[in-house]
Amino acid sequence: MTLTEAPPQTAAKQPVRPPRKRLRYALTVAVFLLPSAVPLLLFTLIPMAGSLWTSLHEWNLITPMKWVGLDNYAYLLGSEETRAAFGHTLYFIAGYLPLVYAGGLGLAMLLNRAMKGRDIFRAIYFLPVVTSWVVVALLWKWLLNPASGIVNWAIGLVGLQGPGWWTDPDWAMPSIILASAWKDLGFVMIILLAGLQAIPKEYIEAARVDGANAWQRFRRITLPLLSPSTFFVVVISLINGFQVFDQVHVMTGGGPAGATQVVVEQVYNLTFKYGRAGEASALSWLLFAVVLVVTLVQVRGQRRWVNYG
Amino acid sequence: MAGSARVAAAALITALLATACSQGSATRTEEPAAGGKVTLRYFTFSAAPDHVKDLDTIVAAFEKENPTVDVQVETAPYDQYFTKLQTSIAGQTAPDTFELNYENFVTYAGAGSLLDLGTAGGDTDTSGYAPESLNAFKHEGKQFALPASFSTVVLLYNKDLFEKAGVPLPTADWTWEDEKAAAEKLTAKGVFGDFQPVTFFEFYKALKQAGGEFMGGGKSTFNSPEGVKAAKWLVDKVGKTMPTEAEIGGTADYDTNLFKSGKLAMWHNGIWQFAGLKDVPFQWDVVVEPGDTQKASAVFHNSVAASATTKHPREAYAWAKFLSGSNVAATTRIASSWELPPVSDQSVLAGYLKDPVPANRQAVFDSLKSIALPPVIARQQEMQDAVTQELTEAAAGRKSVEEALTEAASKVDALLG
Repeated sequence: MTLTEAPPQTAAKQPVRPPRKRLRYALTVAVFLLPSAVPLLLFTLIPMAGSLWTSLHEWNLITPMKWVGLDNYAYLLGSEETRAAFGHTLYFIAGYLPLVYAGGLGLAMLLNRAMKGRDIFRAIYFLPVVTSWVVVALLWKWLLNPASGIVNWAIGLVGLQGPGWWTDPDWAMPSIILASAWKDLGFVMIILLAGLQAIPKEYIEAARVDGANAWQRFRRITLPLLSPSTFFVVVISLINGFQVFDQVHVMTGGGPAGATQVVVEQVYNLTFKYGRAGEASALSWLLFAVVLVVTLVQVRGQRRWVNYG
Repeated sequence: MAGSARVAAAALITALLATACSQGSATRTEEPAAGGKVTLRYFTFSAAPDHVKDLDTIVAAFEKENPTVDVQVETAPYDQYFTKLQTSIAGQTAPDTFELNYENFVTYAGAGSLLDLGTAGGDTDTSGYAPESLNAFKHEGKQFALPASFSTVVLLYNKDLFEKAGVPLPTADWTWEDEKAAAEKLTAKGVFGDFQPVTFFEFYKALKQAGGEFMGGGKSTFNSPEGVKAAKWLVDKVGKTMPTEAEIGGTADYDTNLFKSGKLAMWHNGIWQFAGLKDVPFQWDVVVEPGDTQKASAVFHNSVAASATTKHPREAYAWAKFLSGSNVAATTRIASSWELPPVSDQSVLAGYLKDPVPANRQAVFDSLKSIALPPVIARQQEMQDAVTQELTEAAAGRKSVEEALTEAASKVDALLG
């Protein structure tokens, strides 16, 4: 036995095997892992290594790569464009996260009650989640069309002039936030709904008996006990928020006047429009670093507010 | 035991299959087609959607003359074309032959992506080409592409709208002032007087019309009194005689549809639009674009190049030569009002004038008398985007024209390094 230093409780759970059997066991596990390990290696890890390698070069896709060391990173860190791209991404997150969380929570609370057609409503709200982003983005682009869109038509009915939405630099990001929150509402709702249903009714009952009003019950019982689900939603939404791309690319392409130029859109433009693949790869790694740090901070910070009851 | 071994084997095969599949799509191997035929890929932006059939005619004629070659046409819209071309070169799946425009030629020739067509075929007869077209696609003394077509931008106008508004028809002597006055009279409810996109391409031309230069001595020179005048010429139309960005609402081909539906009086656009205007229910004609202190018309040049990595250089050269210099190609282009063939033989070009619509086809040739070629730099796309973006800002009233030009100039200077 070489695994004697394993914690006693794990050792107790697992049957002790002779070395030959253990090798066989390991092989079996390896074979079962293979179908997911191979694609992971081929389509995630190898491309990641490739992008790291590219980020150390100057490459316009059509000439051979030229080694530049860390120059791309140095350039990006000092560049106004990078700052703007991260700024726009943070703007997106600041609008998107509260909206999608509050909306999802409201829906989850609503659909957690006994009501007619509850399952149908749950399905309807989940529908956008399983719809392709391109479809949703084109739909919202049409809804928010300043000249012929239905939203401005409705605003016009009450005698007001609707904004220029995605054609106006001030309104372009709100348009994208709106579409994004609408699409992801159902996802947040489902997670929070599961969380709500895991809260024992007795706690709410007890609070009611103690004279807590609806707000107090929500604030003191529901919200704290929902915190694991909230934590999950926030982590996932933040990561998705940093990677926002599809809706931006389809709705505005980073415009107008660069008002929605988020980080991943910038990566796309640098590579495919401007032939600056090295800088684009470096920018992807900067984004990776930021997301990693933000997620680590969250995981550490969760001890303060996430309540696993 | 036998069961788990079988599972293991199945899993292994699945994994191997996955690997094999991914490899199959990553490296496309070019196998000779059955019967010793060579498959030659050609990638183009100018054929779709209006001229795919005309290209097929040229391909059929070529294949008849070269029975061992099978030309495979692939098309993409212009705004996606260069992304796809770049990616396919990077992925080592570049088409054997492809179309390149004058603005992007330098980038690809300089990158070593192109086959030297001057030596690829062993035949160096280029007497059929107009020499200035041929020279446009030389790089460091080598013929990296053969000129295939050219086109110019003219002023298209809706005759019916002019007559209804009682405005005299445009003539070759018109200046910006005349155009502006007419546009104001023609703009009415549901009708726009003028349409000229606020872009890099319109700006460098308007700049030349105003007597300015885009760059000189390795620096931008468009932030000048002439530049301000040219930018104002474009920007001031927006929201007055021309729809705003919000009104256009990102609709594709908005201007084409506006003109075709009889709601646009004057339209700055290229001669490649002629074929699409065959069946409009109103009278229309063309005239050389009005100038300011001088006339200047935009000329777009397209060429056909071959990939440096093609396995069939001889066939690639033969196809490039046929598509650009053959009689079939020239007459097909002329008969269908596709772009013009860059031939030196004026009698071939004269055929272009036979088509009765638009009546003033002579304007297309007249526009060639004073042309404005786009400035070309290595970081072309970034320059075009930077200038267009700043002008758009000015058009939307978010910046003054002067501020926009100052910003654009500093961005372009940074790109020039």
